[in-house]
Amino acid sequence: MTFDLAQREAHWRKTRNLMIGHLIIWFIFAFVIHWFAAPLNNISFFGWPLGYYMSAQGSLAIFVIQLFFFNRQQHAIDTQFGVAEDE
Amino acid sequence: MGMQWEGKTFVENLPKIYGVYTGGFLAFFFLMAWFESMGMGADTIGILFVAFTIGIYAFIGILSRTMAVEAYYVAGRSVPPVFNGMATAADWMSGASFVAMAGGIFMAGHGYMAFVVGWTGGYILVATLMAPYLRKFGCYTVPDFIGTRYGGKLTRFAAILVLVVASFTYVTAQITATGTIAARALQIPFAVGVWFGLAGILVCSMLGGMRAVTWTQVAQYIVLIIAYLIPIFWMSMAQGFGPLPQLQYGPAVERIMELEPIIGVGTLTAQESIRGLSTLSTLHATPREGAMAAWQFVTLVACMMIGTASLPHILMRYFTTPSVRAARNSVAWSLFFIFLLYFSAPALATFSKLQMIDPSLPTAIIGQPIESVLALDWIQKWSAIGLLAIVDSNGDGILQINEFYLNPDIIVLATPEMAGLPYVISGLVAAGGMAAAMSTADGLLLAMANALSHDLYYKIIDPKAETRKRLLTSRVLLLLIGAGGALVASMQLTGILGAVAWAFCFAMSGLFFPLVLGVWWKRANRAGALAGMLVGLFVGWWYLVAVRNPDAWYGIAAPWLGLNDLRFGIVGITASLIAMVVVTLLTPAPDAETQAMVDEVRIPRGDTIIAAKQ
Repeated sequence: MTFDLAQREAHWRKTRNLMIGHLIIWFIFAFVIHWFAAPLNNISFFGWPLGYYMSAQGSLAIFVIQLFFFNRQQHAIDTQFGVAEDE
Repeated sequence: MGMQWEGKTFVENLPKIYGVYTGGFLAFFFLMAWFESMGMGADTIGILFVAFTIGIYAFIGILSRTMAVEAYYVAGRSVPPVFNGMATAADWMSGASFVAMAGGIFMAGHGYMAFVVGWTGGYILVATLMAPYLRKFGCYTVPDFIGTRYGGKLTRFAAILVLVVASFTYVTAQITATGTIAARALQIPFAVGVWFGLAGILVCSMLGGMRAVTWTQVAQYIVLIIAYLIPIFWMSMAQGFGPLPQLQYGPAVERIMELEPIIGVGTLTAQESIRGLSTLSTLHATPREGAMAAWQFVTLVACMMIGTASLPHILMRYFTTPSVRAARNSVAWSLFFIFLLYFSAPALATFSKLQMIDPSLPTAIIGQPIESVLALDWIQKWSAIGLLAIVDSNGDGILQINEFYLNPDIIVLATPEMAGLPYVISGLVAAGGMAAAMSTADGLLLAMANALSHDLYYKIIDPKAETRKRLLTSRVLLLLIGAGGALVASMQLTGILGAVAWAFCFAMSGLFFPLVLGVWWKRANRAGALAGMLVGLFVGWWYLVAVRNPDAWYGIAAPWLGLNDLRFGIVGITASLIAMVVVTLLTPAPDAETQAMVDEVRIPRGDTIIAAKQ
């Protein structure tokens, strides 16, 4: 299978969009949520004040899950364009 | 004769090897617990724990010695993602994470959680922006990427400079931590403990380079995570919080928030000043009010995250996987293994605090008669070595929150004792702290020695040097840098946490944009990268010095926007970005060959860039 310029660009565009999408989620759970920690603390989440919970567990768990998803998505993109590595 | 360190059989055997190892370590732990019940002294148990674990690391280190370049620099690029994840987690979690984190959360409350968020979320940047591409590049070191992508000896040299500044700042903190723990567990003076710790660190890395460091780090991860989690589970069972405290401590947080106004946390302030100790005066889960507090939280998070993605000793771990996809998977596993410790630390801090302040628990000390508190074993033990103090400032004979002074580091170490757990737990915790500090120190020392031997000596000074000479140089450098680090550590200049945060800020100021834009911006060129590294490093450096010396001629009266010395990376990285973009746009685009190289980096398939160039 040939990998011409158009495909190269399409592959990189998809890769870049995936990266941007994940960085948006990252930005929300790394910064935005914690900016509003004080008001969020008024909400109770299984006994935790929500603002505290997000910094102690919530954001962390989302980061972990997010990365496993990211890997699957990026691999799907690479496979689609035939640029994944041979196993 | 020699052991097989690569290939299918070795990889297939890995779960078995480390399974047996984990079982062996647990068996050792229960054996020690039994010895203790038979009357063995606490000192002997501490010594046995530290000696046994260091002995194993040394054994792995000696067994995996090598004279092959690929094995020495990148562990033969054969480390499976899950194991590389464990090694990275050990590489990552320093003595500070292990010993100081729970105590920091205990004392500083929500503000300290910025470290918890920052030291995990950085891996999103590593996975999306860096690791897979650096792996495809096929370099041995981080300066190797900079030097090849942008070309030029000066660029390579600038990258070495940033790497050494950041890593050396960090490694002194780690050697300090090994010294502190070794001194306490083996009952030797701190200055001797530092050199003892260094010997343990070097035996893991000198003979086998990256290969030895990888397999000892996996072993160290297993020890450190067991040592962190067992006390938490045990304590939680003993105190009736349930078997999985990490998922159940919400009500404990609420209870603390209820008790805080009653016992006067945040309203009663300390009357005395005792060096190294302080009283609890920050609310547990309530953030400080106002936009400035929120700004300081997110800027600290940003520094820790971007620093994570720029620290060479972490990035180089992803050079060791067999493929680009494996590098990516390995980042996710790293974060998972790090998560296991970081989501437990706040739970530990919460339980430990509740035990001290909740009058309905038998362990409570706040609000109790001072006489009976002073009679407690753990209070006597820790006050004897100056890590805890009780002063009845108002003379009423009752312990108030502002009369109880402590050093935050003792939370991890003293909580098991407070809960009445046997001494064997303290031995275990000492071994875990030692593993955390040693593994990080090894990664850092190797990152520096490799950059100096591969990039400075081989690529810049003597490109004709033979393999033997290169690897010998690297080993001599390990020894010299290690000795330098131990020397600085024995002078005890800065606190552990300050040095760690500075290392992150240095790395992000100098390396983040040259690395990211090297992949993501084809137009980025040599002059731009050079400007980005040097301007970033020097502006960051100047700001650090200026903000700490407001009265000097180069000083600044007040931090800009509340960016204190822990956050100087924000200033450095901004300067780095501006310098890199402006200089790049003012100078010609890189040649067609370089642009084609960037295209190749962006797809996983095919030879590495370095291999294709040769």
